[in-house]
This record gives sequence, structure tokens and C-alpha cells, in this order.
Amino acid sequence: MTRLLLSAAAAALLTTPAMAEISDGKVKIGILNDQSGVYADFGGKFSVEAAKMAVEDFGGKVLDMPIEVVSADHQNKADIASNIARQWYDTEQVDSIMELTTSSVALAVQALSQEKKKINLVTGAATTDLTGKACSPYGFHWAYDTHALAVGTGGALVEQGGDSWFFLTADYAFGYSLEDNTAGIVKEKGGTVTGSVKHPLATTDFSSFLLQGQSSGAKVIGLANAGMDTQNAIKQAAEFGITQGGQKLAALLFTLAEVHGLGLEAAQGLTLTESFYWNRTPQTAEFGKRMLDRTGAMPNMIHAATYSGVLHYLRAIEAAGTDETEAVAAKMHEMPVDDVFANGAKVAQNGRLLSDVYLMQVKKPEEVTTDWDYYNVLATIPGDQAYMDPAKSGCPLVK
Amino acid sequence: MSGSTPTPSAAAVPQAPSRPGVTAALVVAGLAALIAAPFLFYPVFVMTLLCFALFAAAFNLLLGYTGLLSFGHAAFFGGAAYFTAHAAKVWGWSPELALLLGVAGAAGLGLVMGAVAIRRQGIYFAMVTLALSQMFFFACLQMPFTHGEDGIQSVPRGMLLGLIDLNRPLAMYFFVAAVFVLGLAIIWRIVNSPFGMILKAIRENEQRAISLGYSVARYKLSAFVMSAALAGLAGGLKALVLQFATLTDVAWQMSGEVILMTLLGGIGTMVGPVFGAGLVIALQNRLATSDFPVTIITGLVFMVCVLLFRRGLIGELAASRIGKTLGMRADT
Repeated sequence: MTRLLLSAAAAALLTTPAMAEISDGKVKIGILNDQSGVYADFGGKFSVEAAKMAVEDFGGKVLDMPIEVVSADHQNKADIASNIARQWYDTEQVDSIMELTTSSVALAVQALSQEKKKINLVTGAATTDLTGKACSPYGFHWAYDTHALAVGTGGALVEQGGDSWFFLTADYAFGYSLEDNTAGIVKEKGGTVTGSVKHPLATTDFSSFLLQGQSSGAKVIGLANAGMDTQNAIKQAAEFGITQGGQKLAALLFTLAEVHGLGLEAAQGLTLTESFYWNRTPQTAEFGKRMLDRTGAMPNMIHAATYSGVLHYLRAIEAAGTDETEAVAAKMHEMPVDDVFANGAKVAQNGRLLSDVYLMQVKKPEEVTTDWDYYNVLATIPGDQAYMDPAKSGCPLVK
Repeated sequence: MSGSTPTPSAAAVPQAPSRPGVTAALVVAGLAALIAAPFLFYPVFVMTLLCFALFAAAFNLLLGYTGLLSFGHAAFFGGAAYFTAHAAKVWGWSPELALLLGVAGAAGLGLVMGAVAIRRQGIYFAMVTLALSQMFFFACLQMPFTHGEDGIQSVPRGMLLGLIDLNRPLAMYFFVAAVFVLGLAIIWRIVNSPFGMILKAIRENEQRAISLGYSVARYKLSAFVMSAALAGLAGGLKALVLQFATLTDVAWQMSGEVILMTLLGGIGTMVGPVFGAGLVIALQNRLATSDFPVTIITGLVFMVCVLLFRRGLIGELAASRIGKTLGMRADT
């Protein structure tokens, strides 16, 4: 009996230190996103820089072990992303994969990470499925999702008097879900939807759609599309003088990088929702300037959220005393996120970070005082109102 | 088609027949490489590569041996991926049946697209196939079962014939390798049959083939459907390997990529497309983790190939002195 106890104790002694260690003597974080295609400005190489900056700010080491950031360009193809993610996990000892721009990639890598029991943190994709029916105990979603964009732009604008809406919607699932979500919120807040028009993906001429919106008499024209479609629609709306005519133009998915690319002349007056703006507080401004020095561009919400995700992951490893997935994921859920991006925000059971989102309006060129100073913050929407109630998200992990 | 099939003209067989010993040795070497590959390289990467290699070989059946440039093969590849993924995931079909559904679906699409497209020639043929495949792309974008840009995710690999668990990496690998070999064997058989000779005759001189009494339209349509079905086999297989089907596979860029693979390897050669696919896929994956912009490098490789090796890597090799000594034939 004593021998049995002794051997059990010996076994415990042998296994416990292994638990408290870092696997392979290093923590490796993979940033997987689009670095050469249509979303290269949206996340791209700047997200890699943001991750590296988080590692430096953390001190370069966790539990006395070095931290390494690797990155890859998935070229917007889920098969390339999946191949790289598998090789990272299986042969290159990568411990977690983050960023994951575009939803097909994010969903594929999240499913793979769950199968391989590794942590993934999405900042670059919008689909609520990631924390809904496709949620994972090791999967996290930072930055934004279609629900928060709808609540931010739809809800907050109605409260500010924009109570009748006309939608310009990209004719595919993403566009419909943005329109449905936003229209639902608008009606819930007592607003009305006067109509909507669907345009094919990758349209270059929006004139007839914009004229319908202009003549609809709605106070707000909502752009339920993304990327080049939104940019083209905004440019042409400026030519038609839509915002000068008193109507509001609301882009449902648009970030600082794209406002910069488009220029204030065309983008002025546009309302949009982001979960980060560099010139909001002294801390965010300081962070923004450091990113600007490294990359030549101010960070948008994707970059800031990637920084926050990496930092939170490293803090969780430190608190757990190991990089073992189960323990780290538990700490990531348990600890509030407190950094330049999120102010003490909670992580819900489904992996959703409930950080605040902001309704912004793009400034007129004459209002701008410094470079990159593009937004006026119109409203702050608290995280627990912006994101879907975890209990209603459809995620089987929420009890 | 009739009982007295005329012997194909000498023009269709441009070079001396290859030495059987050399061909057999090459086949054995290829099979050995296929068996050794999962132990040397990352298995999932090799499996993806084999799927694209089969896709390129299927495309080459049409471009290289029939002389028809289709710009819409992504529809068959990606369409079959959707059919297979949906059958395996939603209907819970076994992998072999799901794969067969993918092939049947691609063949059906090929029949419809082919019937319209073969009425035109050259650039018009290419444009008709492009237009039809774009129609299919927008249908996939909208139809609920494809889940738009999210794609069909978490497709189960299942049990092959109810016996072999395809979730084991090596089992999946050898299943993919077997389907790949089968696909290439079918293509080889088609090319080296009287039917294949007639296809080559059509490629060389369509008017003469008509004057010899062949119903050229029917031959072209059969070749189109066969090529579509084999491309579908590759697409369905890829959906099982990577466990998802997305819009990337039906987008027109994919139709362009398969042309690139075939051109790089060598049009009208048996192994050229396989090597071309290997080169393109390896470049895309290797360059992804480097600092070089992927699209620019692939573009440069393509330009170098077009300027220096017009016949593609394998085509050029076969035409060179080494190839001649080995007795390689350009179309094998």
C-alpha cells in the first residue's frame, strides 16, 4: 500500500512540473490573414506588426520562455489557410492562430483548431456563427461582428433622429444578414424601413441605386455591403451630393484604413461603427502614434484588436503557469480584458469579447486638425448591448 | 463510331512510339514516389496537391488532346466540391457515394455547358464557358445550401465503404492517391484509345475530321463531359480532404489557375499538368509564409515559362535531347 502511494506520489512529482511548463520551450503565435489581396489594408501586414508590438510590450518572454510571432498570407483561399494552419499545428509547434480575415477562413481554422485542441482568436472576420453554432471552447472572437455593426450603426443612429432607412444591399448572404440585422434593430428602436435595393457583388455603377435611395425620402441610406462596393457607393454618393442634401450615409462595415484610402472629400459625413478609434483617449492616441511610427498608418479596430488578443493570450499563459490549451482557454474566459483596446471587458462563454463599440462620423476636411484625425465619436455602445446575448447566440457551450 | 473505324492519320502520332521499358520504369517510379510522399512531406499538403494535379490533368484532356480551351472549369471543380460536401455533411452519405454524386453533378453541368459551348469555336468557346461558369458562381453565392461566403464547413470524412476510417491521415492519403491514380489511368486510357485518336484528329484538323465522316460535335461534347466529370472527381475529393467547400473553388480565378498549371507543365503531355499543379500549389503555400507577394511571383514564373519554355516544363523536356534519348513521347 505504501509502495503504491509512494509510486503515485513519484508519478505526481514527475507529471506536475511538465504541466507547468511551456511546450517546446517557446510560445509561438501565428498571424494568418490576407496580405496581398482585397483585405490587405483592412488587416494585412499591419496586424502582424500589432502582434509583434504586443509581444514586445509584454516583455518578449512569458514564464521565462521566448515568444515568437510567425505570419502567412492566405490569399483569401480557405484551402491555403487550412493547409498552413495544419502544418503550423502539426509540424511547427504553433500554439495559437489569430487574425483570420474573411469568414470562410475563420470558420475553417476554428473547426481545425477545435479538432487539434489549439487556441484561435479571430479579429478579421464578421460572421456571428463563430460564437454561435460554430463556437469552440478554444475559439475567441475579438473586434466586431455583424450584430455589433448593426446595433452600432442602426440602433445608435435611430436614437439620434435617423429614424427612416433605405438600404443598398450587396446581393449575397453577407449583405442580407447585415441588412436583416440592421433593419431589425431600426424597427425595434421605433424607426421605419422605407425600402431597399439589391445590387450585384462587385458593382461599379451605383447611380440608379443611389437615386432610388435619394428619392425614397429616407433620412438614412444604409450601405449593407463591403470592400470596393462600399467605396464605390460612397464615392458616387458624394458626386450626387447625398450627404449635402441632408440625408445621412451609413456604411455598415468600413474602417479607418478605408476612409484614409478614399479621402475625406468623398467620405465626409459618413457614419460608421468601429470598436476602436486612435484619437479617443490619450492612451489610444499614444498607441496609435506608436503603430504609425512602425507601419506608416494609424491602426483600425482589426489592428488594435489583434494587439489586444495577443496580449490577453500571453497574460492568460502567465496566469495559468502553462501554455496548455485547456488551462489557457479557461484563464482567457475568466480574466477581464484590460488594455488599450478594451476597458475591462468580459469574455463571454461563447468566446465573444464584449468590448464597447463606437458610432463615428467622418469629419469634414476643414474640421481636421492633425493627420489621420478623421472621426467624431457620436456615441458609445456598451459591449453587453452591442453583441448578441450569449444565451441566444445558439452556441451549445452556453448553459 | 461505325464498324470500320479508319486508322488515325499519321499526323495524330507525331513521334516514334516510346520504348515500353522506359514508360514502365517511369510509371513504377511515379507510384513509388506516391507511396513515399506522405512520409517525406506533410500528408495534407500532398493530398491537396494530388487533387489539383487531377484537376489539371482533367482540364488537359480537353485543352491538350481535343484543342478546346475552356475558361469555366472552376464550375465543375467547385460545383462537385459543393455537391460532395453537402451530401456528406447534411445527408450523411458515405464518402464514396458523396464523391460519386459530385462526379455525376459535374458531368451533368458539363453536359449542359458543353452542349451550349461547342457550338462556337476559339475565343467564343472560351467566353461562353466563362459566362456559364460565372452564372454558376452567382448561383452558388446565392443558394442557401452553399452558405454563401462562409462555405460548407466541417465536412465529415466518414468511413470508406463502411470499413476504413478516413479520419486516419494515412488511410485518407492512400484513398486520395488511389483515386488520383485511377483518374490518371482513365485519362491515359481515353487518350490512347481510338476515341482519343479521333479527338487528336479533331484538334489537328477539324475540317478533315468532318470530311472523314466523324460527328465532330458529339466527340467534342463527350470529351467535354468526361473532362468535367474528372474535374468533378478532383473537386469532390478536395472537399473531403480539406473538409470544406468554399466559393474560391467556383470563382473564375480558379479557371485561370488551372490553365496556368497546364501551361506551366506542358499542354498535351500526360504528366505535365501534374507537375504544373505541383509547382503552382507549392509556390502558393511556400510563398504564403515568406515576405514575397505571392501573386507577383506566380506571374513572373508564368512569364518566364511562356517566354522560355513554350511547351511547358515537361513538354520542353520531352522535346529535348534527354527526352529523345529516353524515347519520351510528347503526348505521353
